[in-house]
Amino acid sequence: MVAEGYYHAHEVNEGGCDGRMRCLKVCPTDAIRVRDGKAHIIGELCVDCGECITACPRGAVVPLADRLGQRSPEYKCVVAIPSPVLYSQFSSDIAPRRIFEALQRIGFDHVFDVARACDWETLASRIFLDEHEGRWPMISGFCPAVVRLIQVKYPELTEHIMPLEVPREITAREAKQKLSRDLGLDVSEIEAVYITPCPAKVVSIRQPAEKNRSWLDRAIAISEVYGPLRAALAAAEPVPSSELFESATYGPGWSRLGGMTSLLRTERWIAVSGMSDVTKILDDIENSRLRDVEFIEASACLGGCIGGPLTVENIYIARSRTYRLGEKYSRNIERHANQVEELYRKKFFSMENPLAPRPLSPLDPDIGRAIEMVRKRDEIYESLPKIDCAACGSPNCLAFAEDVVKGDIERSTCIVLRARAR
Amino acid sequence: MSDEGQIMLRETFTVAGGDFSHAGRVSTTIKSMLKQIGFPSAVIRRTAIATYEAEMNVVVYADRADVTFEVTPKTIRVTLADQGQGIADLELAMQEGFSTATDEIREMGFGAGMGLPNIKRNADELEINSEVGVGTTVKITINAGE
Ligand SMILES: Nc1ncnc2c1ncn2[C@@H]1O[C@H](COP(=O)(O)OP(=O)(O)OP(=O)(O)O)[C@@H](O)[C@H]1O
Ligand code: SF4
Ligand SMILES: [Mg+2]
Repeated sequence: MVAEGYYHAHEVNEGGCDGRMRCLKVCPTDAIRVRDGKAHIIGELCVDCGECITACPRGAVVPLADRLGQRSPEYKCVVAIPSPVLYSQFSSDIAPRRIFEALQRIGFDHVFDVARACDWETLASRIFLDEHEGRWPMISGFCPAVVRLIQVKYPELTEHIMPLEVPREITAREAKQKLSRDLGLDVSEIEAVYITPCPAKVVSIRQPAEKNRSWLDRAIAISEVYGPLRAALAAAEPVPSSELFESATYGPGWSRLGGMTSLLRTERWIAVSGMSDVTKILDDIENSRLRDVEFIEASACLGGCIGGPLTVENIYIARSRTYRLGEKYSRNIERHANQVEELYRKKFFSMENPLAPRPLSPLDPDIGRAIEMVRKRDEIYESLPKIDCAACGSPNCLAFAEDVVKGDIERSTCIVLRARAR
Repeated sequence: MSDEGQIMLRETFTVAGGDFSHAGRVSTTIKSMLKQIGFPSAVIRRTAIATYEAEMNVVVYADRADVTFEVTPKTIRVTLADQGQGIADLELAMQEGFSTATDEIREMGFGAGMGLPNIKRNADELEINSEVGVGTTVKITINAGE
């Protein structure tokens, strides 16, 4: 199912798929086709947003995140790095410290929180924006689905993506270095496991966009640990919730749309979520319409990562909890400023390699022939009913016309044309 | 530059002066055509920026324009021929920061005087002819390779 050498963290379970086409319509990059009654994902086009996972009424699009309990013998120490979204899945009376203990009880040797790196990253982003002299606006790089969408569909905008390492990677790097010092282990003997709200981050671990290897080794879905964590929490003695690591956004802030941006010093920002709105904003940037915006926070999931397809809790409840958690545990971010400035100068936040565009392959490598094919496609499109019914198994009439030109399907497959011919 | 004989693709569009709600549509269309054909993204970007700036100048300063978009084996060419007030001092207009935009236009985010210099920077060749009271023709050429 995975073609063209791109790894994807979900696949269609053919047995479960009965060709209902919901996925076809929600895919923001038109990456799905239904042929012979089964859905197929076109690897080159898929950006791992996970919309199809959520849309499938039969649960036939399955995420390929790792399972709990797969502990490989090569690792002497396994450390959990939970996405801050995890805290919002439980009542806000449950302090994150208790969730850490529960994670240890279900098998992790250590737990490292991403919240501190989130604070640092906010401060580092301020420095970057203050000193930036290139094109505006800059776009946040924490959502791997947005990053891939830009690389694939908006290759010219790749240079607009914030070139800073993301908090989850920084946390994994720091955790491994610290544990290797403290425990006298080689970094390769430590496994870092991300507790993820989405398949996009599974992909960003297996096949990072900007470097050879992620600092994270595996990812387990929040939905996978949720049950065991609940049980562990119920069995445990409550601990005083006051002594906690400190964070301005308290991590959860980042998981909610706009949480990070509100701490930047610029007033000229936009926070956008949901693939269709993200696409609209990217179109606007591409068409030079957002020239006086400095920063855009963009997440594939509606409402931010708390809306991720591998979460458990209703997004509105989770969202309200991020506010409660923030009120309880927020600290002033400014006191890290000097330290972050120093680290920033030492390239602590710099990406290992610059992000490169990943444009789609043209219809034909020869420009003349490609133009001919585009022309033919347009001709076919003009002859179609243009109602985008998708009964042909292509997501819309234009995509169908292109599929016909590519020789993937016969024009006569269009049932509306057939009905009209009668 | 005379590979005129081998025009592989030619499309024409019109732009209406003052039509801010559809402003940018022609450059968007041209860009998506270039994307589909599969030009390198740097070439697409330069063409799109130059075309957008020229299209906006028509919307802001002219009455209407005919736009011709042509692809030859070596070049992409966009020609915007407008009817309108024309440019009195072209050398001055080409300078960064020079603008005759009204306050109203500036409030919409235009009028920094960066459009023409930006076209110049992104185009491989730029030819502008203008006659006051008649109109302006802007011919943008981008080399397709690289
Ligand atoms: N097609 C045109 N017709 C008439 N005058 C024009 C035309 N294009 C440009 N001009 C004149 O040249 C000036 C400079 O144009 P330029 O595009 O560089 O800047 P601008 O349009 O004023 O501001 P910006 O492009 O940064 O929004 C304009 O202010 C206008 O007086
Ligand atoms: S918004 Fe967050 S949860 Fe959703 S795909 Fe992006 S990174 Fe994953
Ligand atoms: Mg202008």
